[in-house]
Amino acid sequence: MSAVPVAPPRRLLDVEVDGRPVRVSEGSTILDACRAEGIETPTMCYADNLTPVNACRVCVVEVEGARTLVPACSRPVEAGMKVKTDTERVRRSRKLVMEFLASSVDTSLAAADWQRWLEEYGAEPARFGASTEPLEAGKRDRRVPGHHHEPEDPTRAETVAQPVKVDNELYVRDYGRCVLCYKCVEACGTDAQHTFAIAVAGRGFDARISTEYAVPLDASACVYCGNCIGVCPTGALMFKSEHDMRAAGTWDEERQAVTNTICPYCGVGCELEVHVQDNAIVKVTSPMDQDITNGHLCIKGRFGFQYVQRRKKDRT
Amino acid sequence: MVGLATVFGAGGGTSSYEEVENSDLIVLWGSNARAAHPIFFHHVLRALERGAKLIVVDPRRTESAAFGDLWLGIDVGTDIALSNTIAREIIASDLQDQAFVANATENFEEYAESVAEWTLERGEEVTGVPADVIREVAHTYAQADRAQICWTLGITEHHTAVDNVLALINLGLLTGHVGKYGSGLNPLRGQNNVQGGGDMGAIPNKLPGFQDIVEDHEARARFEQAWGRPIIPQYGWHLTDMFHAMERGELTAIYCIGENPVSSEADATHATPLLENLDTLIVQDIVMTKTAEMADVILPASNAAFESEGTVTNSERRVQRVRKALEPPGQAKDDIWIIAQLARRLGHDWGELSASDAWEELRSLSPMHANMSWALIKEQGGVQWPCNDEFPNGAQFLHSRLWAFDDPARQGRKAPFSVVVDDPPVDLLSEEYPIRLTTGRRLDSFNTGVQTAGYTSPLRRPESVEVSAADAEALGVAEGERVRVSSRRGEVEAPVHISSALRRGLAFMTLHFPDEVETNRLTIEAADPKSGTAEFKATAIRIDKLRAGVA
Repeated sequence: MSAVPVAPPRRLLDVEVDGRPVRVSEGSTILDACRAEGIETPTMCYADNLTPVNACRVCVVEVEGARTLVPACSRPVEAGMKVKTDTERVRRSRKLVMEFLASSVDTSLAAADWQRWLEEYGAEPARFGASTEPLEAGKRDRRVPGHHHEPEDPTRAETVAQPVKVDNELYVRDYGRCVLCYKCVEACGTDAQHTFAIAVAGRGFDARISTEYAVPLDASACVYCGNCIGVCPTGALMFKSEHDMRAAGTWDEERQAVTNTICPYCGVGCELEVHVQDNAIVKVTSPMDQDITNGHLCIKGRFGFQYVQRRKKDRT
Repeated sequence: MVGLATVFGAGGGTSSYEEVENSDLIVLWGSNARAAHPIFFHHVLRALERGAKLIVVDPRRTESAAFGDLWLGIDVGTDIALSNTIAREIIASDLQDQAFVANATENFEEYAESVAEWTLERGEEVTGVPADVIREVAHTYAQADRAQICWTLGITEHHTAVDNVLALINLGLLTGHVGKYGSGLNPLRGQNNVQGGGDMGAIPNKLPGFQDIVEDHEARARFEQAWGRPIIPQYGWHLTDMFHAMERGELTAIYCIGENPVSSEADATHATPLLENLDTLIVQDIVMTKTAEMADVILPASNAAFESEGTVTNSERRVQRVRKALEPPGQAKDDIWIIAQLARRLGHDWGELSASDAWEELRSLSPMHANMSWALIKEQGGVQWPCNDEFPNGAQFLHSRLWAFDDPARQGRKAPFSVVVDDPPVDLLSEEYPIRLTTGRRLDSFNTGVQTAGYTSPLRRPESVEVSAADAEALGVAEGERVRVSSRRGEVEAPVHISSALRRGLAFMTLHFPDEVETNRLTIEAADPKSGTAEFKATAIRIDKLRAGVA
C-alpha cells in the first residue's frame, strides 16, 4: 500500500492561455497552467515551497475581463478563464518592475534566468539616472514610518545600497541585494520554521527586512537554521563561507560539484545537497522537492559539516 | 526497537512524516522534537497549521511544549503510571475501539484489570499531572480520527525503557490508532542510522531484517548457506551487557566502530577503567576520540555521510542513499574497505566489495528488503520497508494487516496488550540527593560534541546545570555561578543557568561538552535488562555552593 488519498480527486478545468486550450486541475494557479504549456513566466518572489505573497509583480498576466493585471503565481485558474501572457501591457509592466528592482537593488547575484529576463524584456535600469551613494550602516534600519522623505537628489536613482551585516560565523545579510520578496520572512514564519525572527519593517521605499528593533541576530529569535538563505533569490542572505570566498575572489561555481547525501545528525533523514569546491564543502542546501525537508534544514544540517574538513586542517 | 518488535514483529515506527502532517492529534511523549528533530517538527507544524492538536509530555516545558495545546509536566520516570491512567480513563469511559480490541488484539482482559487501579486521582498523585488534564488527554486521544504518539529518549533512556514503550503501544492498541493512514506509534531516532543499524542486525538478538537468531531457523539456514559458515543460535550482548562482561573478565577484546563510550557511557568513572583493562581495544573512527586515545589499534575511517557510499534508514523506515562528496583525508579509508581487508587477513577474500554489493547481499537474505533494489532506492529517493511482493514500492505505514478482521491469514498474529507496572527511577531522591537531574539535547549540538564542536554556533553557550529560579533562590546561587553537582557516583563542577523550562526539584544538563563538564560522572548505569539502555534521564543529585557566603 503506498499513498492513500486524503482528499477527493480534483476536477479538471479547461482554460485558454495565449489562445491555446489548456486543461489543469482545480486549485492550480495560472503559473501552473503556463508551466504546463511550456510558457516561460518570470518570477522573483515565488518559490515552490512557499505560499505566494504577490510581492514582486514580475509574473503578472492579463486575464480577460479583469480590470488589472493579475499575478500568475497566486491566482487560481477558473473554468473558461482566458489568459494572455505576451501582450504589450504585460511586457511593459514586467519590464518596468524589473527596472525598478534592478535600479534600486543590486541583483547581480540573482539567478541566470533573472539576468536573461532583464535582457529579453529590454529592461534599462540605468535610465533612472546614476545611483545614489550607499547609506551608512544602520541608517535604513533607523528610518521610522511616517511621511516619505524627499529624495536628496531627484536626478539620481535611489537605492538600498548599504554595508553587509556580518555578525556571526554562519551567514551574512547583504541587504543592498534585497528586493523585499518576503521569502525569508515566510520561511522563518508560518511556511516552515515558525521562528518569526524577522519581518518587514518600515514603509514605502524605507521598507526592509529586520529583526525586532533591528537588534543583532544573536539578540533576536534567530536559531540559524538558514532556511532564509535557502529561499533568498538574490544572494542577500548568504553562507559566510560563500561571502568570504567571493570577497577573496576564490568562489568559482564552475569548479563546484553538488552531491546529494543524508544529514549525519538525527534520524529524520534530511537530504543534503553538498556543494564542494577543491574537496571542501562550501555550502549546503536541500532539494525543495524532497518530501522530508521541502528544502528546509536545521542549524546542524546546514552548517554542522565543518567537523569533516577540520580533520584535514588539523593535520597540516 | 525491542518494544515495537515484541508487539508487532517489526521494530520500526509505524507511520510516515506525511501522515503526521495529516493527523488530527500529535502526542510528543518524552520528545523535544523542536530542538532534537527540527525538520520532523516542521511536519508537526504543518499539521498544527491545518488545525491539528499537539500534546507534549515532558518534565521540562521545552521549546516543543511551547507549541502545544497541552503540556503535561510529568514527574521524571512516571510514564507508565501516566499511560496506565490514560488507559483506565479510556476504558472507564468506554472510549476504546471495541472492534479493533476484539478482533486485532490479545490479552485485553488482563491489561484492563492491571490498569483498573489507575484512577485519575491516583495518576495525579504519582505523575504530578492534574487529573482533569489526564482526563482531557485520554478523551482527546481516544476520540481523534487520526492520532500519532511520537517518542524519543525521554521514553527509552530509563531502566524501564521497553516497558515505557509497551505502555505507549498499549494506548495505540486500545484506541485502534495504529495500522491505518494517519494514526501510528513512532520512535524518532536520535542518530541518522539508529534505525538502519537495527535493520542490518546490529542488535544482539537479530539477524539483518529483524530475523531472530535463535528462533528463526529458516533465516539462520539462509545465512548459513550464503556465508558457508554455521550461525551460532545464541543471543549476543548489548552495550550494557558488554560492560558487565568486561567486569567479569569474560569480554577482553573490543572492535569499536564510530562509538565513543569513554564520553558517552553512563557512570563514566566506572566504565573508563573497564575499557582500559581490555586486552585489545580496536577503534575505528573519523577523529581522535577519547576512546581512540586508549586504543591499541586505531583504524582511521572515512566519514559515513560525506566520504562514502552506502545507505541509512530514517525514522519513517526509509532507506536512503548516502554518497561520497569528498575524498577522505590522509590514510582514512571507507568502512567497507577496512572490514573487507580485515576479513582478508582472517582468511576470507571478499574481493573489491562495494556498497551496492553489500546491499544486494542484504536483500537476498532479508525478506523485508527483498524488492528494494539499489535502482529503486535511487529512483524513489528512498524506499520505506517492508518492500516485498506485497509492497513492491515500499510501505507508507505498517500493520494494516491488523485491520483484516475477516482474513485471519492476512491478519497474522494479533497484537498483544502488555501488562506494565509503574517502577520509579532506580536512583531514588533522598534528603541527601533531593534534586532530579534529567539530560537532553540542545538544538545546535549533538551527543558528545565530536561533530558539533567543529562549527561555530552563535547559539552555543557553555555546559551548565540548569535549574529553576525557585531552586536557585533556595540554594542561594546566581546565574553563571559555579557550583558542585554530586550524585551517588561522582561529582562535577558547572555554572548555574536559571531556566524557565524547569520547576522546583528538576535540573537539566546535556552530554554535549564532556571536556568542560563530564555529566556522565553523575548519571547512573542502571539499565533496562531488555534493551540495555541506561537511565540517563533520571539521576538523583545535590547542588552545593562552592564557597559558602560567596555569591
